[in-house]
Amino acid sequence: MKKDQYILGIETSCDETAASIVKNGHEIISNVVSSQIESHKRFGGVVPEVASRHHVEQITIVIEEALNQANMTPKDLDAVAVTEGPGLVGALLIGINAAKAFAFANGLPLVGVHHIAGHIYANALVQPMEFPLLALVVSGGHTELVLMKEDGQFELIGETRDDAAGEAYDKVARVLNLPYPGGPHIDRLANESDGAVPFPRAWLEEGSYDFSFSGLKSAVINYQHNAEQRGEEINPNHLAAGFQQSVIEVLTTKTLRAAREFNVKQVIAAGGVAANKGLRKVLEETFEKENIPFYVPPISLCTDNAAMIAAAGNSKFSAGKTGDMSMNGRPGLELNSWN
Amino acid sequence: MIWLGIDTSHTPLAVSIVKDDQVLAEYKSSLKITHSIGAMPAIEELLKKAEIEPHEIDAIAVAKGPGSYTGVRIGVTIGKTLAWTLNIPIVSVSSLQVLAGNAPYFPGIVCSIMDARRSNVFAGVYENGQVVKESHMSLVDLLKMLDESGNPVLFVGMDVKIHWEQIKEVLRDKVHQANAAFSLPSAAVLIELAKEQKATEAHTTVPKYLRVTEAEANWMKEQKKNGHE
Repeated sequence: MKKDQYILGIETSCDETAASIVKNGHEIISNVVSSQIESHKRFGGVVPEVASRHHVEQITIVIEEALNQANMTPKDLDAVAVTEGPGLVGALLIGINAAKAFAFANGLPLVGVHHIAGHIYANALVQPMEFPLLALVVSGGHTELVLMKEDGQFELIGETRDDAAGEAYDKVARVLNLPYPGGPHIDRLANESDGAVPFPRAWLEEGSYDFSFSGLKSAVINYQHNAEQRGEEINPNHLAAGFQQSVIEVLTTKTLRAAREFNVKQVIAAGGVAANKGLRKVLEETFEKENIPFYVPPISLCTDNAAMIAAAGNSKFSAGKTGDMSMNGRPGLELNSWN
Repeated sequence: MIWLGIDTSHTPLAVSIVKDDQVLAEYKSSLKITHSIGAMPAIEELLKKAEIEPHEIDAIAVAKGPGSYTGVRIGVTIGKTLAWTLNIPIVSVSSLQVLAGNAPYFPGIVCSIMDARRSNVFAGVYENGQVVKESHMSLVDLLKMLDESGNPVLFVGMDVKIHWEQIKEVLRDKVHQANAAFSLPSAAVLIELAKEQKATEAHTTVPKYLRVTEAEANWMKEQKKNGHE
C-alpha cells in the first residue's frame, strides 16, 4: 500500500496569511487563514507594503496553528508547498522565505506552487478531478479559462486582456460607494434587484476565449456620471444587476463554448469571484442543462487559502518537481505544466 | 554555543556562524543579488562547510532594520522561522548598530547611515557604545546635530559615499569616513551585539522599519484632519 503523503501548504500572495496541512492531496487535516482585510479596509484596497508587514507578524503563528490543529510535528510532513507567484512580490517573499527556512531546518523538500494552480486544485479537496477538465478562474487578479488534459497539465485558452473580473467588481463598487471589498455587496444588490440597466457585453473577436471588462467598467462609470449631470438618482440595485448580468453572461457563454469544444468531463469554477452567488447559480443551471458535471468549491476554499496550495503541491511533489533554497517570489509567474 | 547571524537589511548580505568565542565562518557581499535568492543558499552553504546541522544551532541573531523594507523582512522572516521551528532563542539587533559595530574603538561619535532617498537617511548615532539616536531623518538635520555636538565623527556604511561631499562640507575636519573594508555589515559583529541583548519570542519578532508606510501616514493625516473639523 502507498504511504500517506502529508503536505504543508503556505500562501501569502496577497492579503491572507495562510497555512494548511493536506493528506494525499485531497483531505484537509488543518486549514488556517489569517485575514488582513480589516486593516486594508481603511485604505479602500490592499496596500502592498502594509500587506507585507502583516505577513511577517503572522507567518510563524499561522504555520504553528496549522501544525497544532493537525496535531502534527514537522517530522510527520513529507514536503512544504508554497505559493511562488503570481501575486504581490513583497507578500510572496514572506511565505517563500518562511517555507524555505522551515523546509531547511526540518530537512523537507520544497515545492513552489502557482497560485492559479492552487485555486484549480481547491476542487480536489471537494471531489476527485476528472480530465479533461475546464477551469474558470475568476478573482481580484485573474480571469482565465484553463484546460487540463491530465493531472498537472495546464493550457491557458483564454484570459482577460485588461481588468480581472474581481477588479471590475471593486471599481463598480466604488462608483456605488459600497464598502471594500465590493464584490459581495454588488452580488447582494443584484440578487435583490427587480430590474437591470442594460450594459454592453464584451465578446471580442469571434471564437476568442479572452475576456475584457474595462469597457463594461467605463460604461458603468459613464452611466452614473450622466445620471449625475442630469440630476437623476440612480437605482443602485439596477446598476449592480446590469453590471453583474453582463459579467455573468460573458463568463458563462465562453465557458460553455470551451467545454463543448474540448469535450471536457468536468467544469470547475475557482477563485474569489467564484464565491459570487449569482455566478454560481447561472453556471450550475447552464451545465446541468448541458449535462456536464460542474463543481465549485465552498466559499472558504474559493478565497485565498493554503489548503489549495498544499493540494496542488501534492500533485507537483508526486511528479518529482521540487525547488531549492534559491526560490524567489515571481509576481508574473506563468502557469506551467508539471506533468 | 552556536550562533547563526543574518543581516539582509540593505544591499549587502551578511551571514556568520560563531561557536562560543570563535567566528567559524562568515559570508559578506555587496553584490546586487536579491536576498530571497542569496540568503538561504548562503546559510545552507556556510553550515555545510562548518559541518553543522540546523538542529545544532543554539541561537539566531538577526538584523531587524531599518533598511530596505523587503530586505529587512527577508532576514527577519528567515530568522524567526528558524528560531520558532528549531525552538531556539532569537535576538534582533538594529541594523544601524551592526554597521556602527564595525568601528568599536573610535574616540568620538560613530554614525552609521543608509540612504533613504529624497535627501533622507536612516541614521544611527553612537557614543562610547551607547545609542544616542536611531532614526529616519533628513541628512541636513543629522549633520546639524552632529556639528552642534562638536565631537569628531566617523561615518560608516556603503551609502556614505553618496552623501560624502555634503557631509564633508558641514563637518569639515571633524569628520572621517570608514574605509571600504568596514563599510559592509558583519554578521559576526551582529552576533557579538546580540549576545549582549535580550532575546524576543520568535512569533513576536518583527522588523523595526523606523518609518510608517506612506498609505498609513496619509491615512493618519486624514484622521487628524477629520478629527479637528
